[in-house]
Amino acid sequence: MRIAMLYTRLRVEERMLLDAFEQLGPSVTVEPVDVRTESFDLADPGKWVGFDLALDRCVSLRASATVTRVLERFGVRCINRASTIEIASDKLRTSLALEAEGIPTPRTIIAVEQTGALEAVERIGYPAVLKPTVGSWGRLLARVNDRDAAEAVIEHRATLGSSQQQVHYIQEHIDKRGADYRVFVVGGSAVAAIARRSEHWVTNTARGAKAEGTEVTGELGVLSQRASQAVGGDVVAVDLFESPEGNPDGRRMLVNEVNHSMEFRNSVETTGVNIPLLVAQHAISIAESCRSTQGVGT
Amino acid sequence: MPDTISACCPECDAAVTFAKSPLNGEVVRCTDCGVELEVTNTDPITMELAPEVEEDWGE
Repeated sequence: MRIAMLYTRLRVEERMLLDAFEQLGPSVTVEPVDVRTESFDLADPGKWVGFDLALDRCVSLRASATVTRVLERFGVRCINRASTIEIASDKLRTSLALEAEGIPTPRTIIAVEQTGALEAVERIGYPAVLKPTVGSWGRLLARVNDRDAAEAVIEHRATLGSSQQQVHYIQEHIDKRGADYRVFVVGGSAVAAIARRSEHWVTNTARGAKAEGTEVTGELGVLSQRASQAVGGDVVAVDLFESPEGNPDGRRMLVNEVNHSMEFRNSVETTGVNIPLLVAQHAISIAESCRSTQGVGT
Repeated sequence: MPDTISACCPECDAAVTFAKSPLNGEVVRCTDCGVELEVTNTDPITMELAPEVEEDWGE
């Protein structure tokens, strides 16, 4: 069995995955492929037909989305699927996928011009959160506390941003009391969770939030698994908030976003769960089912 | 093969060691000066300062 591990930078996570595959024995050959050095002839799949599966670990969204789309055309099963990457990498598409499945999310309003965006912020009320639809690690998030700030952020996006920045994604601000949750979902099962705490309103570890392990129980686990299913995820990390409102018997969970290329270097020790090993096992399981479907001998 | 795999940090010239043979594109941190480095060649091992975060990078 041959698995390609696609990457654009080989980080600690990718090294942990390679070690996990090695730990699972010699029946699987994992070939790290730096996709920056590759090109793809659409009429000639070449070496790619020899792979049973491609595990995407590109840090570049452009590379992930492009290469998985091409490899799927070549008949190579990808983790995650190209469609999952396209949904999870776009906050609007993620919101639509979650809404379609009735999964609770923060109230969100979309606008495509400045006038509509300002009206949307006023309708949501202050403070409101403005996000780019494509972006990660907490980049370019803005919490606006009044109309003056909203006008400034919206105008800056319209004037300085790319055309993608003209899609205004406006959310209610959730008072999460300094913490939110990240749940790791592998093969449809919520396997581990961390609580992220920060004095800053952005509780992203890339922005300095501190993480600690927490139990995957009740609503946290169920909603995460439903969110993974909503985007067709194989291996995803689901971010959730605990909202103080909207539930007569207390706080309730809201799904904020789904990450298709999750980082976990600091979560193995904090959760006590060997996340890369579970990912490797899932990848092998999918690759095996692909081989049996295609009638390939082992 | 030597017992320790290492290469010089292009920023401070300290030895950066690897637990396993590095791969092209592997990212490591120099424990002396703290910069993030990217392996650009594996035989011999050469490294450059890792690029800054780009707009489409993330999870």
